[in-house]
Amino acid sequence: MLTDSTLERLRILAESAKYDVSCSSSGTVRRGKQGMVGNTVGGVGICHSFADDGRCISLLKVMLTNYCMYDCAYCVNRRSNDIKRATLSVSELVSITMEFYRRNYIEGLFLSSGVVRNPDYTMERLVAIVRDLRTVHGFNGYIHLKSIPGASRELLNEAGLYADRMSVNIEIPREESLKLLAPEKDHQSVFQPMKLIQQGVLENKEDRRRYRHAPRFVPAGQSTQMIVGATQDSDRDILTMSSALYGQPTIRRVYYSGYISVNTYDSRLPVLKQPPLVRENRLYQADWLLRFYHFKVEEIVDDLHPNLDLELDPKLAWALRHPEAFPIDINTADYEWLLRVPGLGTKSAWLIINARRSCRLTSEHLKKMGVVMKKAKYFITCHELTASTLQPLRGINELSPERLRPLLISPRQQRLAEQEKQLTLNFDD
Amino acid sequence: MVYTFDGTMDGLLTAVFDAFERHEQPEALLTTGDALPLFCERMHEVVTDETRAQRVWTGLEKRLSREALRLITVSWLSEMQELNNPLFMYIFKTFQQPAEKPSIERNFADPDVLSVTNIARKVLHEQLRMKQFVRFQKAKDGTYLAVVSPDHNVLPLIIDHFADRFRDQPWMIYDAHRHYGYYYEGSGHPVRITFENESEVPFSLSDGKLNDDVLSNDDHLFQDLWRTYFKAICIRERINPRKQLSDMPRRYWKYMTEKQ
Repeated sequence: MLTDSTLERLRILAESAKYDVSCSSSGTVRRGKQGMVGNTVGGVGICHSFADDGRCISLLKVMLTNYCMYDCAYCVNRRSNDIKRATLSVSELVSITMEFYRRNYIEGLFLSSGVVRNPDYTMERLVAIVRDLRTVHGFNGYIHLKSIPGASRELLNEAGLYADRMSVNIEIPREESLKLLAPEKDHQSVFQPMKLIQQGVLENKEDRRRYRHAPRFVPAGQSTQMIVGATQDSDRDILTMSSALYGQPTIRRVYYSGYISVNTYDSRLPVLKQPPLVRENRLYQADWLLRFYHFKVEEIVDDLHPNLDLELDPKLAWALRHPEAFPIDINTADYEWLLRVPGLGTKSAWLIINARRSCRLTSEHLKKMGVVMKKAKYFITCHELTASTLQPLRGINELSPERLRPLLISPRQQRLAEQEKQLTLNFDD
Repeated sequence: MVYTFDGTMDGLLTAVFDAFERHEQPEALLTTGDALPLFCERMHEVVTDETRAQRVWTGLEKRLSREALRLITVSWLSEMQELNNPLFMYIFKTFQQPAEKPSIERNFADPDVLSVTNIARKVLHEQLRMKQFVRFQKAKDGTYLAVVSPDHNVLPLIIDHFADRFRDQPWMIYDAHRHYGYYYEGSGHPVRITFENESEVPFSLSDGKLNDDVLSNDDHLFQDLWRTYFKAICIRERINPRKQLSDMPRRYWKYMTEKQ
């Protein structure tokens, strides 16, 4: 079943799949079943390893084949690229997935594919693999399946019965930019399968209300990704798209992938000496603000600030733009307002809400709870004698945001931001 | 007043019983054999008593939520000396709290409640790491073996997860540091096991590797596939050892196939 060349083909197809950043095994809890192997744990999932680039390895992320009929400029697998091509057989993929899973290497499979012949042909083969895993081999672990734009509704409907999560990548937030880099694609081709999956999920919810045992359809919802830095699209373009997507009932995660110069010969693309990792990190922080911190996208980026500040995290940047909102009283403020304090996360906000029922909190308490006082102290008041040395008499309003800003930037952050600005300014304008 | 106890959970619970019986609050709870503080005038040696311990635990069950009780049990698995005093005080204060007032379990301004909660969090963090980093090898007889040596005694917290996940395959997870493990024979419940003569087990305690004569024939192949995959999935332009180490500390590497 496995031959000498399997190893080499697995290497090629993992290399081809690695630019897809999504890897999480989150979003669905499913206990083990009699006669099957595997379960899914829900929550944030389980990361089984961390590669040398620091990215989590949760699923076996691999392509069925990296032959592709499209020629999208940003993609390493575009048809005009001279790279090694390979295909794994159904039995090879099934065997590797099962054996990896049984050794606790992975949470499951993340399967995608280049498009060969036509979308339906490709999708059919993807569906055949997950059907085999679920029905023949009793695999009950996590499956993330890429849906191929242009595949038929029937195929997506069958895929959704086996997959926990499905995804289609938007890749480029503005349609003009997408058409420039991938003339064969448009936003419609991405949104169409997203809509079909969403319909499937919503109909399935109806069905399950009537028949409790109706099989679940894509229980962990959808995700998507956008490439950062391959076009001139601003952070505002990206985050506005994300925010609109999170408004949809089935989109659980948007991923951001700092562009890596894979196709340097293509003059439509910038030549980056290093991927824009600081920017990518800031986008993730902004994404967190949208999902867990009750921020609206207009509060993070606007006409005056279309791009995120590389030197400061977006919450701190917001706080510096809004001195009038501070100081916040730790002993009385609502949970939503506690979340707005720089240096204070969801965990410490929860600890504070619980602790202050019993007594009035001082900065000493906050420190022990893990609040980053170095940042927070300029934005809060708590129960304290004013002479205390722990709480500065000068908060954001006394100091003014301009003078406070340099105090809050670490030399390391500044150096990284500076480096990135120099190495990624490569558009000819 | 200083109490000494035998270092067991029952001993600690008995100490709480004794403190109330003797109407006093000890300044410190020490394990038998610890160096005594310099000015230690009065001492009480706690004699572990299961009935007393059980009465204290039953009392706790009436006063604390199930979640808080679980955190206490979990914190105990930390095996950390620093837990003894905060945990004793947490339980002591729980019984001091008037019945009409809410329990102290969520008063994180209380240093003892916060310490116990934080230690329990550490243990829970490590049990997650075991779920992440346990690596099985397949033996010729079809048993999957993994060796671990966690900082805290987390095996009891993870075996349900593995029994649920790998319910159709026999497996064993062995704690080389604490010299015990759990064996699951492919059905039923995992059982706790120890080896009379640990030097004769067919695997290495230092790197977890199964001896070649018992390793199944295709295991090397899948280990190679996994190592190949591990290397291939890395984006070289993004090398970030700092993040890798913070998410996967080096002390776990010795039993991990991809890092061997």
